[in-house]
Order: sequence, then structure tokens, then C-alpha cells
Amino acid sequence: MNVTIVDYKSGNISSVINSFKEVAQNKVKIGVTSDLNKIKSSDKVVLPGQGSFKSCIDALNKINGLIETLNDFAINNKKPLLGICVGLQMFADVGYEETETKGLGWIPGKVTKIDNQNGKYKLPHIGWNEINIMKDSKILKDVKDKSHMYFVHSYEFVPEDKKVISATTDYSSNIVCSVEKENIFGTQFHPEKSDKFGLKIIDNFISL
Amino acid sequence: MLKNRIIPCLDVKNGRVVKGINFVDLKDAGDPVEQAKIYSDGGADEICFLDITASNENRDTIYEVVEKTSKKCFVPLTVGGGIRSAEDINKLLNCGADKVSINTAAVQNSKVVIESSKKFGSQCIVVAIDAKKNGKNWEIFTHGGRNSTGIDAIVYAKKMEECGAGELLVTSMDRDGTQVGYDIELMSKISSKVNIPVIASGGVGNLDHLVEGIKLGKASAVLAASIFHYGKHSIKEAKEYLDSKGIPVRI
Repeated sequence: MNVTIVDYKSGNISSVINSFKEVAQNKVKIGVTSDLNKIKSSDKVVLPGQGSFKSCIDALNKINGLIETLNDFAINNKKPLLGICVGLQMFADVGYEETETKGLGWIPGKVTKIDNQNGKYKLPHIGWNEINIMKDSKILKDVKDKSHMYFVHSYEFVPEDKKVISATTDYSSNIVCSVEKENIFGTQFHPEKSDKFGLKIIDNFISL
Repeated sequence: MLKNRIIPCLDVKNGRVVKGINFVDLKDAGDPVEQAKIYSDGGADEICFLDITASNENRDTIYEVVEKTSKKCFVPLTVGGGIRSAEDINKLLNCGADKVSINTAAVQNSKVVIESSKKFGSQCIVVAIDAKKNGKNWEIFTHGGRNSTGIDAIVYAKKMEECGAGELLVTSMDRDGTQVGYDIELMSKISSKVNIPVIASGGVGNLDHLVEGIKLGKASAVLAASIFHYGKHSIKEAKEYLDSKGIPVRI
């Protein structure tokens, strides 16, 4: 089994690499690449994402054929894919950070700025927040309701179909923080920085 | 509900902890990696390294420390001290730091903040503000508090938010090392003025000071060094105390 972390120059992915390697030990091979053939031949793919929605989409577009490869992997071949932070947000049809930008369109919905209620809520939403588990999700197996996860973001994913939501968190409103749609998984929080429960999520994904 | 964070800070010089946790069972009391691991296992919400290495030839030691720590600690790691450029930031992030805190370089050239927050994302750019009371106002200082600038701390804080800082780490130079508590007035003034999280620093001597920093200083997170050193208080004790005072913490 091999799990590939997509390196598309979207910012710092060392923590993602470290955490996956820690969980995988020698059982699973963790690759880090932007090589399309390596991505195609992987069993699972992790799509991280830091910075803005636009900068991440731009970075994906810069690598010729990457979006098509990811589409094939996740949509046509229905192989497991985990998006983290902006990696999850990009599942949407459209994002509004910086400027209106088309997303991957894998889960219908949009990415909009969190309502700070006239300054009542500071943005970015930084720190540890509890997750409210909304439905059974394979990646949330053995993760208790109200577990703490580490968040850093100012934008939120608003999916059209609420059935894809596996967990939310309370900040200004109920922010979607985990989704599962068939073989596609995503977390708004950073499992790689969320201590043992975060590592558990990574373990669940690797063990799918 | 978003929890208030407790961030222990370790001063690192030439790759070694200067003041540290003095645990008897510690194999190597000067090893920052081992100390960071104790903090993260104890429930620290983040770990902060402040690199105080003076000589240029030893500056690379911090990279090795960060690299090793990030393979063992799975909570956010912030590194500050001596960061001059986007290249320094890139190097630290590549070694596994999650955030960098920029102090002197941000004062000298705010473009460093603008460019690095665009390049790496605001989430990893913390601007550290060292402020000293001057009459009714606070003035910011650079170079570890040695050089005055004549710049007003509140105005500067707002400017750094506009430049793209994701958080502000505010240290009162008057209180730093005194253990008499945070400069609450400074913290609450800055926190009310900006819409990004403020981390309070400088002056913690007991657990009540942490409570004050959050309740009165309106800080999102509290940073402390010496109360966690030499085993005076554990992170767990600090969190339980804050919890008993009605402050939301991750336990």
C-alpha cells in the first residue's frame, strides 16, 4: 500500500509529511510528489493546502495535467482522497478568497469568509476547537464527539448537500469541519497538528 | 467553542535550551527536542522556540532543533528570533515549523510581513511586538528590547494586521522577567484594536497571571516561560486552574 501526499508548492507541508510518516511507520509507504504517474499509481492521495483558495488552485493549475489526474483518481476511479484545510475547500465549485475562483467541483458548494459578526469573532479562527460529530465517518472512527482539533482558517466550506457533513465546529456559526462523500474525505482542521486524535484520523485514513 | 491556548516558550541558544524544565528524569536537560516533547505530552497547545543564538556561525543550529522537534511533536510549533527574510522563513517552515514570529525585521521593513504572508499564508506569520510604556503610550523596541524606535505600539499593531500578520505576540518589556504579571492595559488595548488573535507575553509569575491575561487582557493565548521551567507548574496544572476559573481550555 502506498499513500501519496501531493506536493504542488502550496506552502508548508512538512508537518503533514512528518505526521503521516509517524503514523505509517514501516507499514505503509508515504510518498511526496507532484509526479502524475506516481499519483496515478497510488492507493490513496492526500491533498494538503495552505494560503488562499485562489493561490492553491493556481498552484494546482501550474502543474500540467495535475487537476485531470486528481479528477481521474477521485471521481472516475473512486480511490480514497483526503483534503486538508484548503485541500478540503477546493472540493467546492467556487471560492471567494481574493477573487472568485473556480474550484474542483467535487462536492457542490462554495467557500466563503466566516462571518465575524462585526468583530465579535477574531479571524483567522486559530486554535483548538471541539468538533461535533454529525454522522459516522470512516476517518472519525474511534474519535470521540467533542474532541479538540487545531484550526487555522478564515474561510469556510458551505456544501449544498448537508449529508456530506461528518463534523462541524462552533465559531460564529456551525462551521463544516469534516466531510465524507463516498471515497472523498476532507478536514478543515489540521489533523497533522491535532495531537493524538489528529494522528488517529490520519491512521483511520491510512487504514481504509 | 474555541479554547484559549497556553503556549510554553523555550529559549534556545546554539541549539541548547538556556532556561529549561529541570526534571530529574530528563536524560539531557539542555535538549530542546526532549523538553518540547514533555510540553506537548503534557497538553501544551503550541510550542514556541525563541532562538537567542548571538553568533552567525551557530545560527543553523535552530534548523536542526526544529527538524527533530517536528518529528516528535504533533502540535503547532512557532519559531522566532533572528528571522530577517522570506528565505529564513522558508527554511524554518521546510524544517517543520508551523509558524514563525518576526520582530525586528518587521519593524525595519513591513514589506517582509506583506510579502511573506502572501507567499506562505497569514496563518504562519506571527508578528512579535516588544513594547515599553512611555508616559501614556507604549513604544516598540527592537533587537531584543535594546533599540528604541519611537513607534507607537498600538498604531504599529494595527498596521501589522493590515500587512497580513495572522497573530500578534505582544511582550511587555517592562514586565518581562519580573514575574509580576502581564501588562494588562497594553494587552487589552491592542486586543481591542485588532481583529486578529493576540498572544500575551512577558511577566507571568503565577497561574493567576494567566487568568488575567485572558480575562482582562482579552488575549486569545498566553505565552509563558519561567513558570513552566524547573517544574514550578505543569501545563496540566495551568489548564486545570484556568478551567476552574471558567476559562475554556483544551483538557
